[in-house]
Amino acid sequence: MSIKQVSVFIENKAGKLAETTKFLAEKNVNLKALSIADSPDFGIVRIICENPEEALSVLREAEYVTTLTDVFAVELSDKAGSLAEVLYILADAGIFVEYTYAFLSTKKEGSAYMIFRVDRNEDAIAALKAKGIEIVLQKDIF
Amino acid sequence: MENYYQKEIECASREEIKALQDQRLVEQVKHVYENVPYYRNLMEEKGVTPEDIKSTDDLHKLPFISKADLRDAYPTGLLAVPLSECVEIHSTSGTTGRRVVAFYTQGDIDLWHECCARAVVAAGGTKDDIVQVAYGYGLFTGGAGLDGGSHKVGCMTLPMSSGNTERQIQFMQDLKATILCCTPSYAAYIGETLHDMGLSPEDISLKAGIFGAEPWTEEMRRDIEKSLGIKAYDIYGLTETSGPGVAYECSAQNGMHINEDHFIAEIIDPDTGEVLPEGEKGELVFTSITKKAFPLLRYRTRDICVLTREKCSCGRTHVKMTKPMGRSDDMMIIRGVNVFPSQIETVLLEQGYSPNYLIEVDRVNNTDTLDVFVELSSDMFSDTVKEIAKREKDLSIAMRTMLGIGPKVHLVPAKSIARSEGKAVRVVDKRKLHD
Repeated sequence: MSIKQVSVFIENKAGKLAETTKFLAEKNVNLKALSIADSPDFGIVRIICENPEEALSVLREAEYVTTLTDVFAVELSDKAGSLAEVLYILADAGIFVEYTYAFLSTKKEGSAYMIFRVDRNEDAIAALKAKGIEIVLQKDIF
Repeated sequence: MENYYQKEIECASREEIKALQDQRLVEQVKHVYENVPYYRNLMEEKGVTPEDIKSTDDLHKLPFISKADLRDAYPTGLLAVPLSECVEIHSTSGTTGRRVVAFYTQGDIDLWHECCARAVVAAGGTKDDIVQVAYGYGLFTGGAGLDGGSHKVGCMTLPMSSGNTERQIQFMQDLKATILCCTPSYAAYIGETLHDMGLSPEDISLKAGIFGAEPWTEEMRRDIEKSLGIKAYDIYGLTETSGPGVAYECSAQNGMHINEDHFIAEIIDPDTGEVLPEGEKGELVFTSITKKAFPLLRYRTRDICVLTREKCSCGRTHVKMTKPMGRSDDMMIIRGVNVFPSQIETVLLEQGYSPNYLIEVDRVNNTDTLDVFVELSSDMFSDTVKEIAKREKDLSIAMRTMLGIGPKVHLVPAKSIARSEGKAVRVVDKRKLHD
């Protein structure tokens, strides 16, 4: 039920993100969602794309420092409190959320997806499903 | 009026010094040959016996000894007296292989402290002075050496050790210290702190400082002299040859007199090992002729400098060395600690990192900074900032254990450290250390 996210380690310097995204464009990798975490020295670019294994291999070929990370996605309804509901289920199950970010679906109008990276992926998915929260599959996004 | 601690020897004629050196060298070579198998082997390899050494003119016949020998013989392989005769050790930082452990008999300690006492007196010290020793105490030779020298002169000695700068200044004010001993960068830092506390040189009683254990420039000397209202004197030494006090500055403040009754100095071409004539720049080599426990003959210091026997205005006759002008190896001195790039490389390889790294040394607010940039590979990359920060911290701790000082580690993407053609540039030293 996990989704593979491509994470790329880049320098926190002007032009580095541009360079990385341009490289992916040249390799025909279409970015569905992107989020960045940064420190004063470096940035971690997190990407959801249709074929993560292929994106990983072209990046590695070009000597990018990159890895695949298991994350999962939840579809949120467009109303107040829907994110809090999900987070409380995770918190009650003792799941630690490393980070989360959102993107809009281009497939299903009006839908927002939330990506979660947690410390225990399978437990998190099980906890959410037990509370009737639907987990979005890779194929649902593309 | 110039004061001396041991005027007779400090101002002895060149002939007297030479005669003393001749006699002491002959005895020392015999002592070493008979008591140190490691040294005997080196001499035998070179086909030299103690009988071949009749005076200092024969010094060049002896083999050199280097840090590599110290590594091979670690820890007691160069000890020339039974361990039961030793009363103390001192050591450089670093792990086995880079660490130097020097042994001292009581006699060695006394002579070493006398050398430091000469430095204290040359800086204007008398028994009425109050000497604040802000070098580190412990394994480091700085604190112990100047502390001992100060005692010999009869000065009241404040064994402060380094750090806790506001307390240093408070003691300076309360006890009216007149001579400060520490590293030049720490002296500069104390000067700044004094200013930051809203005080001026008029609020303290310092008149002189004896600063060594790391390279410093004339510009730094002027800054320190101004900020503390003192005369700043240089002092030189290394753990291998006992510690500070091998050479020290006098009132002329233009080079350090080498205590030639204890050490014979030579300048060699670092590439060929050939002895160079006086006045030429090359690598400084020391032979200790009075130390009993850990006597090194023709020890290659790797410091580059010039020797001069020109008459000195202070009246001392011992040869003078310039401040070290550089190194003939890649050792860096950072906050008074000896650091080799290879030590950093060892840690990286042990921890599974690639040996692609860059060491950046700088001096910010008179304190040396050490930054190490290390390339991260995909297999060690996990995608949270927290985990990368933890990797940086773990590396920094491992390096601190190895080096004795903790660098700031920056993980960077592969290929972001420039690859050069031929020899890789591993170190960027932005400090201005030499004039």
